[in-house]
Amino acid sequence: MEINDSVLNFDEKIIFNLRSIYAKAGYSQFKMSKFEEYDMYVANKDFLISDNIITFTDTNGKLMALKPDVTLSIIKNFKEKEGFVQKLYYNENVYRVSKGTNAFKEIMQVGLECIGDLKSQDISEVILLAAKSLKSISAKSVLDISNVSLISEVLDNVDASIKGSLIKCISEKNAFELQKICKENDVDQNTVDLLKSLISLYGKPAKVIPELKKLFISDMAIEAISQFEDIAKLFEKEGLIDMLNIDFSVVNTTKYYNGMVFKGFIESIPNRVLSGGQYGKLLKKLGKSAKAIGFAVYLDQLEDLDNGGEL
Amino acid sequence: MEFLNVALPKGRLGEKVYAMFEKAGFECPSIKENNRKLIFENEKVGVRYFWVKPSDVAIYVERGAADIGVAGKDILLEYEPEVYELLDLNIGKCRMAVAAPKGFKDNKNKTLKVATKFANIARDYYTKMGRDIDIIHLNGSIEIAPILGLSDVIVDIVETGTTLKENNLEVIETIVPISARFIANKTSFKFKGEQIEKLMKELSNQIEVEND
Repeated sequence: MEINDSVLNFDEKIIFNLRSIYAKAGYSQFKMSKFEEYDMYVANKDFLISDNIITFTDTNGKLMALKPDVTLSIIKNFKEKEGFVQKLYYNENVYRVSKGTNAFKEIMQVGLECIGDLKSQDISEVILLAAKSLKSISAKSVLDISNVSLISEVLDNVDASIKGSLIKCISEKNAFELQKICKENDVDQNTVDLLKSLISLYGKPAKVIPELKKLFISDMAIEAISQFEDIAKLFEKEGLIDMLNIDFSVVNTTKYYNGMVFKGFIESIPNRVLSGGQYGKLLKKLGKSAKAIGFAVYLDQLEDLDNGGEL
Repeated sequence: MEFLNVALPKGRLGEKVYAMFEKAGFECPSIKENNRKLIFENEKVGVRYFWVKPSDVAIYVERGAADIGVAGKDILLEYEPEVYELLDLNIGKCRMAVAAPKGFKDNKNKTLKVATKFANIARDYYTKMGRDIDIIHLNGSIEIAPILGLSDVIVDIVETGTTLKENNLEVIETIVPISARFIANKTSFKFKGEQIEKLMKELSNQIEVEND
């Protein structure tokens, strides 16, 4: 069968491009059913972007949900084996409440998950695929990477009741509010300085990494920094280093994520169009010891790019 | 060079903010002409200003119609937009407070009726105290709600307290201090970062000077 690509609309072209990128990298497609049992989503509600889920009763009386997320379904079906790495991509509709209208919306999502006995290079590779995904959509794109373990470590000796608001300050690059909260709660100066440097330090890896090395000396931090270096090297090799930033304002919920997290932006699209990270904590909660990293591309954000031109 | 789009809050605060931006090297003389235009450009420095309703600034910035803007902390707390909050400009200072008729006693075994423009802030505040409330959402003249028996208390912005006093109300609790914040769209910060950072640096110098 031959398809003339002039019949494809903008979305479809993006989807096919992404699918071919992932297939070339050795990922296979995961096809799931439209609905899952409601229980699974309720148990892991915090992992989902919104808590609102469309539910209905199945013919046998079971409460079902139209899937708000694909990652949880993939993890659920993952069987652990030593040395095994599962590489999957998906292209599915998910159902979520959109913030503005407060109504349910069907959102086309493309993403991939890499689960199993992951090495550091697997993680770098997934992040490279995220960058390639962005590049395939627009030349003017940026990938911001961060490491939530580094942030958690700094927050380790801070009172649990203010952790949430401090993380929010980091995500807003809100240095003065952070300072204020720390002052009100007697956070020690060393921690305050480190938190402030996490806000002020961002940009090209070549600029940020040497600074990080001066500030962080724990084993965990050294590992995190060397992961940044590996990623930068890989991007250098692939000629994509210009689009890579280290930016700690990328903080996905620290409850499920550990390690690398990242977000992708495209010029003139106000919201992030790609989001992902290592969600080892989520696997642990589901009783699995494997490591995992994945990301999703939010195609609903891309409508503004569609000017009828060539992709 | 691409234009840096700036959403300014219409009114006195916006004029103060523009003066700061002008001093920071982002001047746009046409803005001072007395007319009804809402959009002003200065190609030479690559900046485009527009006047919008103060409560809408955060929306323009969140949705990327403006790259940066200046919004009151009250608006940011109420709408929780996904933006970077880069500076506290230390102007437009006031506070979010609970006010009630003079001599008001809170009857704790009844639902408290709260009239406000800021439903989220009020809900947050009372949820934290575990108080059961009924929110009456009004868009203006909040002060008359308790007088007419529409509500027990109000949650609103208090600057000098004159309006309250004239309506026989008083502040019974301060929820949070408010001031104008310099905000930026997250994507714009990646792609117009140089301009935004330059402006931010100039502005923060001005804030320090004013603090002395």
